[in-house]
Amino acid sequence: MSEPKGRGTAWTDERGTSEEGRRRLESAPEASGKRSRSRSAAAISWLREAALLPVLAVLIIVGSVLNSHFLTVSNITGIGQQISSLGVVVVGESLILLTGGMDLSLEATYGLAPMVAAWLIVPIAAFGNGMMLNPYLGILILLAVGVAVGFVNGLLIVKGRLNGFIVTLAMTILLAGIQEGIVKGQSPFDLPNEFSYLGAAYIGKIPVSLIVTTLIFVATGLFLRYHRTGRAIYAIGGNRAAARAAGIKVNRVRIGVYVAGSVLAAIGGWMEAGRVSSVASTQGYGEGIIFAVFAAAVIGGVSLQGGRGNMVGAASGVVLLGVVQNILDLENAPNYWIDAIDGAVILVALILARVIGGEASAE
Amino acid sequence: MSEPDIPAAPATGSSPTPPGLPAVEAAGIHKRFGSTHALRGVGLSLYPGRCLGLVGRNGAGKSTLVSILSGLVPPDAGEVSFDGRPAPSPGDVTAWRARIATVFQHSMVVPGLTVAENVFLGRQPRRGRGVSKGLGVVDWRRMREQARKITADWGFDVKADAPCGSLTVEQRQVVEITRALAAGTRCLLLDEPTAALERGAVQRLFERIRQLREGGVAIMYISHHLEEVFEICTDVAVLRDGELVLTAPMAEVSKDHLVTAMVGEKKKGHYPERAGSAAPPSDLASPGSRGRGRAGSPDLVVSSVAVASTGVLLSGVSLTVRGGERVGITGLRGSGATTLARIVAGAAAPDAGEVRFGDNVLRPGDRAGALRAGIGYIPEDRQAEGFVPLLGAAENISMTITDRISRAGFVSPKRREERTTPLARRLSLVSAGLGQPVRELSGGNQQKVTVARALASDPALIVAITPTRGVDVASKELLLAELDRITSETGASLLLASDELDDLVICDRVLVLVRGEIFTEFTEPPFDREALIAATEGLGAK
Repeated sequence: MSEPKGRGTAWTDERGTSEEGRRRLESAPEASGKRSRSRSAAAISWLREAALLPVLAVLIIVGSVLNSHFLTVSNITGIGQQISSLGVVVVGESLILLTGGMDLSLEATYGLAPMVAAWLIVPIAAFGNGMMLNPYLGILILLAVGVAVGFVNGLLIVKGRLNGFIVTLAMTILLAGIQEGIVKGQSPFDLPNEFSYLGAAYIGKIPVSLIVTTLIFVATGLFLRYHRTGRAIYAIGGNRAAARAAGIKVNRVRIGVYVAGSVLAAIGGWMEAGRVSSVASTQGYGEGIIFAVFAAAVIGGVSLQGGRGNMVGAASGVVLLGVVQNILDLENAPNYWIDAIDGAVILVALILARVIGGEASAE
Repeated sequence: MSEPDIPAAPATGSSPTPPGLPAVEAAGIHKRFGSTHALRGVGLSLYPGRCLGLVGRNGAGKSTLVSILSGLVPPDAGEVSFDGRPAPSPGDVTAWRARIATVFQHSMVVPGLTVAENVFLGRQPRRGRGVSKGLGVVDWRRMREQARKITADWGFDVKADAPCGSLTVEQRQVVEITRALAAGTRCLLLDEPTAALERGAVQRLFERIRQLREGGVAIMYISHHLEEVFEICTDVAVLRDGELVLTAPMAEVSKDHLVTAMVGEKKKGHYPERAGSAAPPSDLASPGSRGRGRAGSPDLVVSSVAVASTGVLLSGVSLTVRGGERVGITGLRGSGATTLARIVAGAAAPDAGEVRFGDNVLRPGDRAGALRAGIGYIPEDRQAEGFVPLLGAAENISMTITDRISRAGFVSPKRREERTTPLARRLSLVSAGLGQPVRELSGGNQQKVTVARALASDPALIVAITPTRGVDVASKELLLAELDRITSETGASLLLASDELDDLVICDRVLVLVRGEIFTEFTEPPFDREALIAATEGLGAK
């Protein structure tokens, strides 16, 4: 069992690991005024936060041994493009999980938001509603759908004090129903380039979606680490009453993360729509992506109890799922067994993350 | 240890005087928790038809004794016996419940079930006989009938079919007593049963206690309210620092006598000198006269604040804390002292009334608003409200001032360190660096983080609730001295709610709350310890 105490918050790591601190304490009893902070120690612990990196390394070795195509640039960027949309949703869910909440409806927003936009943009022949909206306006509407869903969820859960699980579950079904209903089960296609650029375009050899997702991860990571609202998110997830007593506007932040989560889910759905150049009526809920979202976050060390986890972990969770999926694809895993293998892999990953990360979930 | 003071003859005696064999007898009970010796050789007896009042200050060992008598905690040494027979083995809850029942302050009634179900919780009568009885089908009819019979026998007015969620606190207590009686118990421990009751309900409870006593039930009555003990008990026992210092029939002791026994001879008299204060108390005797007071330090005016939820009660309390003044509020649990402080800090909202700080009327229950207005807050329960365990000390301390140490919202680690390091040093916070998660710190250091968090915002008013609870003596003195010094230096006012009388040393005056009302006020430090204790019990001149 690795020591669970030394891990934990980004703040700890910034200031050095706790063993290091203990050593300092022994050498200098006046510990409160500690001065130096070793950059290398901070870097090492930053890596330790990502407990999955060794697992990833093993997987990559296995992948390259199994298939010579695995380590090619096109395959790697392919993985990147595939996991980008999932990754954006994982960022959103992680924000909500960190405050101690949860949102199942992100998968429905992931489907509905691009569906509404596509439905308004594409011609009737491509299963649009005939409005032929300007694609940029469509993108605004897509984001607005995200804001609206998140705001309603946040209000019901935070102000209405309804249970987050059941509210977002009901919301999932409702939104997925709307998604299916407005297009009568069809899948709008023929998306204009402006709209599909995010998911389909490349800059050089790198997909735009991968760049954007990476930027979102980095920006969110920095925000969580250094912005006072980011720190408030950890405080609220770690001890809501203490955060309130310290004057943090708990309700505002909690509603805020639901909105941010839904907007990110909408962006993820937009990427996916661009990648496959249509919006399937099953996108999101029909594919059950929320399971992968939770799995990636939890494998990456984001606690379901709130207050613990970071973007490095979440990102490595996403990459891990993507690499596994890719290896299975390359090896032509039997189609009917894909789901079973997927589930088993995620279970194993969870166990590994628990063993390596050392966090007991029932804490 | 025997109790020569107890009126009845020892259990083994052949004396014809009642009440004969004790229903419960505890002898030579010792209990340690780590380094604290909670009980040191306590022995007492409860007799059928009598009501023994158990009194003592916080930490005297009352709750430990209750836990041992009700079989929740085994003693380290000593014996408990019922009707002359040794007590059941420690784990056998059912056997204990058949002999002794405890009505705790916090209701042990399941709100979703009916009265009858609660009365027979875990031992419902079953249908059928033999094999079919083994199926465990509840005989609802019989259960209701039996519950009705017991309540009717004792004249209790609760309906067997009523869901317990709809009952008042008083009625829930009745349900618990009924449960005990239904189990055949003829020995009741009532642990501060009146804490959550209003006056009328208290009188009805006393009526029931008398009735039970006359019915041959042995009762132990634990209370902080001495006047209640005088009213309802036939005997009284006083615990102090884990020892039984007095047992006597009620008629033979006076109130002064009891208070002296609770406080102890050597601590009798006046407070120790003001901890670490350079200023002689006379300088501070009259409110608002402190020359050093910050000119702009606003007055706090609380007017007619009222709360009427279960458990806490405040009936139209008003008070004023002048700029720079240090006011203590104290009272027993349930007196409303802490609730009042929470309301001022914006951590709780009153049902009525207004809190004004300077020119601002504070929005009820708006902690963030109160912070903006300049009110720092040291909450009562540091585990619940004091800190975020996973975050570092510096981050916890700076939680109230992130707006001041950030640029465009981004917190500057350098400025955070500049703000928190001096505070940590000032409070002698011992940690492995300020990044260490607070949950790894000792209790005393966690409390220091909580205090530092309140001080970080340079408050014009500090609301502190039991700021020294659970910290060792050295840290306690240091925390009090720092609160004293910081308020003197900055001219900040202080509202300190505490039932630890030692905390109140740093105050210029002390208000005593009893049952949600200001009972009396002490304006001349040093305060008389005994008079304060008596006042919290609702005794002494009003």
